[in-house]
Amino acid sequence: MPRNPQLNEKGALQHLLTIEGLPREVLVHILDTASSFINVAEREVKKVPLLRGKSVFNLFFEASTRTRTTFEIAAKRLSADVINLNIATSSQTKGETLLDTVDNLSAMHADMFVVRHVTSGAPHLIARHVGTHAHVINAGDGRHAHPTQGLLDSYTIRHYKRDFTRLAVAIVGDVLHSRVARSLIHALTTLGAPDVRVIGPKTLLPAGVEQLGVRVFHDMRSGLRDCDVIVMLRVQNERMKGALLPSEQEFFKSFGLTPERLALAKADAIVMHPGPMNRGVEIDSAVADGAQAVILPQVTFGIAVRMAVMSILAGN
Amino acid sequence: MNLPDAEKLFEALVARLSGHVTQDTAIVGIVTGGAWLAERLHRALGVKTPLGVLDPSFYRDDFSKAGLHHQVKPSQIPFEVEGRGVLLVDDVLFTGRTVRGAMNELFDYGRPARIELAVLVDRGGRELPVAAQYVGASFEVPPGQVLVLDRGPSGGLSLTLSDRRRIRATQGTSQSTGGR
Repeated sequence: MPRNPQLNEKGALQHLLTIEGLPREVLVHILDTASSFINVAEREVKKVPLLRGKSVFNLFFEASTRTRTTFEIAAKRLSADVINLNIATSSQTKGETLLDTVDNLSAMHADMFVVRHVTSGAPHLIARHVGTHAHVINAGDGRHAHPTQGLLDSYTIRHYKRDFTRLAVAIVGDVLHSRVARSLIHALTTLGAPDVRVIGPKTLLPAGVEQLGVRVFHDMRSGLRDCDVIVMLRVQNERMKGALLPSEQEFFKSFGLTPERLALAKADAIVMHPGPMNRGVEIDSAVADGAQAVILPQVTFGIAVRMAVMSILAGN
Repeated sequence: MNLPDAEKLFEALVARLSGHVTQDTAIVGIVTGGAWLAERLHRALGVKTPLGVLDPSFYRDDFSKAGLHHQVKPSQIPFEVEGRGVLLVDDVLFTGRTVRGAMNELFDYGRPARIELAVLVDRGGRELPVAAQYVGASFEVPPGQVLVLDRGPSGGLSLTLSDRRRIRATQGTSQSTGGR
């Protein structure tokens, strides 16, 4: 059996490419380390010197201001030097291959690459190529994985609910195209959540999704009942064109999270969303701005979780 | 070698500190052993300022060699550091590197008026110009050996000697590795 490409020869985490296949202890170690980084942001000096002298390259082959910014803040709070590459205007458009780009940056002594790519597997390719000379973090590849988002969602759930082993978590919407959903499902099943549900129209749930250890629902009424956590996924506008969805209004009517539907879940249920939100498409403003929403804390926790991942990788 | 009784050393340390520590002194313990000691000192000396805890893992100078393997505990400084006198507490003073890291971290909370250091044991072997103002006892420990502070279920403290390899394996239990 080939070695897990994320682990080095000592079995320690060299790259973070996907949550799938990572042992529970590794996930718990990341979440525990993240909790130590939370209060760094509340100090006079919001920095620790862990990655001083290291260079972190943000390679975003797919646009994302928010995720790139949170990685940048995380790296800077660890005292790393951060270089953002605007790929759309760089050598790739002149015909350079992905690995040639990486080789050039490695020659500039890059210590860590944060990679987002439209193609599933691109970060794996880079990780195999650089081996142990640098660390690679997958910041979202195609439909495949977005491991730091799955970890920050897990962190948020643990922060509010403490223990995974009694939780019912519902993930709602376009699971088919969602790397966020896939990463969160792997994280939750690894961390011991006994009841993970996906809710969505048949056209937006991947065939065989049950094999990931989730229960499948096609209506909110049965799916949300007695949930502790509701994770709303973003409806991606481009899917409307592909005939997978009739219209935004139609989607909201069947799967939008309204106060009435939220009332089906437990009274202390929390509502999460990876952002950016489409108000009135997947989530009602009254819910998004309501007392049960923890969408902004997710963003804050995301920085600490990314600091934890970067510092654990850099130390291995 | 015969190790002294940690509880006796604790009493000696309290005696040295009384008269120097006031209600308003800010006590900060370094995890894990220093935090246990700080907790006991805080109570024994009747200090009113809330107790602080530092885990200087993010400030260690051996991070690039040792990484972040054991569990890091959140640092908590529940008082204003700026302009304040701080008593830093650790179990064993050895190379001085942990204290260096802890001082760096403390300065990221503000500029203290002064920092003093209290330790249960000074085992010598300094690699940095660091000195403790308050010491329970000073004695030499053979190189390669680690002084370990244990805390029993009822809170009682005791000292044992161990070699380095065993320590790596037991990190994260109710033992403190006593200075590196």
